[in-house]
Amino acid sequence: MDPVIWFFVLGLVAGLARSDLRLPPAIYDLLSTLLLITIGLKGGVELARSPLAGVLPQAAVVLAIGFVLPLFVFPLLRAIGRFGRADAASLAAHYGSVSVATFAVGVAYLGERNVAYDSQLPLFLVLLEVPAIVVGILLARGLRSQQRWGKLLHEIFLGKSIVLLVGGLAIGWVAGPDGIKPLEPLFFDLFKGVLALFLLEMGLIAASQAQALREKGLVLAAFGILLPIPLAAVGAVAGWLMGLSVGGTTLLAVLTGSASYIAAPAAMRIAVPEANPSLSLTASLGVTFPFNIFAGIPIYYSMATALHQWGG
Amino acid sequence: MPDDSRRLITIVTEAILELELCETLEKLGATGYTVTNARGSGHRGIRDAGWSSSSNVRVEVVCNDDVAQRIATHLRDNYYNDYAMILFESDVRVLRPEKF
Repeated sequence: MDPVIWFFVLGLVAGLARSDLRLPPAIYDLLSTLLLITIGLKGGVELARSPLAGVLPQAAVVLAIGFVLPLFVFPLLRAIGRFGRADAASLAAHYGSVSVATFAVGVAYLGERNVAYDSQLPLFLVLLEVPAIVVGILLARGLRSQQRWGKLLHEIFLGKSIVLLVGGLAIGWVAGPDGIKPLEPLFFDLFKGVLALFLLEMGLIAASQAQALREKGLVLAAFGILLPIPLAAVGAVAGWLMGLSVGGTTLLAVLTGSASYIAAPAAMRIAVPEANPSLSLTASLGVTFPFNIFAGIPIYYSMATALHQWGG
Repeated sequence: MPDDSRRLITIVTEAILELELCETLEKLGATGYTVTNARGSGHRGIRDAGWSSSSNVRVEVVCNDDVAQRIATHLRDNYYNDYAMILFESDVRVLRPEKF
């Protein structure tokens, strides 16, 4: 197992044992800022090497997947989970949207195995973040509501993750591989170290969700584990059909299989306040995130490998 | 001698509401406000400011009776059901009544 995962375990154990270990919130913000910029920059540098025209049709497909995923999750939650409309819509938004931390662990996983991935994946990350949130709000509210969309779109599109990812992509693209060289020691060389510290804090946060999980019980845990697999399969098949490499297919599966815990909670809290925030956070952070980094990513990698072997 | 007694409203709520709340306060007639980060525990569980989704803010406003009433009513009607929020009022004396 990749050593960064052990830092998550360390945080989880420390949190469950009620250690006083805690990173200051400002440090957590810095770490997530570094991760977002690094992922953006990497993608931007790679995009600068390849022609953009070929990427556009793929981008359209990925965007469409972002809109469709929550529509697939919502009825499942309503029918089988017996969740209320607001809660089901909020959960659907979380699972349709993506987790940057899971993506980062996926990148580290591929790096460990020397598997290359396609340059457009960070762009796909940006594209998948937003649509599910919009669909989730519509599922909860309906089309005719007098939702304050201006304010909400501002919240969604100018949220820090989108700004930093798009900003990193743009800077990496403009600067190109040579221009970015002086920045490499901070953003690229330190990536694993930053990720390790970030996962330590994620472990602590996940531990704080464990209490809520005890109250919500098995249904939530079951959904948190069973939902990512078919969602990831959608991404894997789409990536394979689009002709992505094994690494790219894996990461697209990681993206569709992951659940948001930053952008979606913030937006849903404002747009659908009657949805219980601890329900979706517990599922995405307490169950799905750990599941994905321990078991999910290796499974998605085998899915991608199998598809490519079978399809030639 | 001018009347120097005012109301101090203290609101403790989810950090995510900060921007929206501050705009609302000014619209309702507050001339200013002070925001501090906060953490604590209540019937919505421990809010320990460990990260953005679990952090609280404490917003303080010094204002006259009318504005205080308006703020309390507005917050009760719009936020109490769905958000972690408490509000309490106290009497204070100010040195420069013309400011509030």
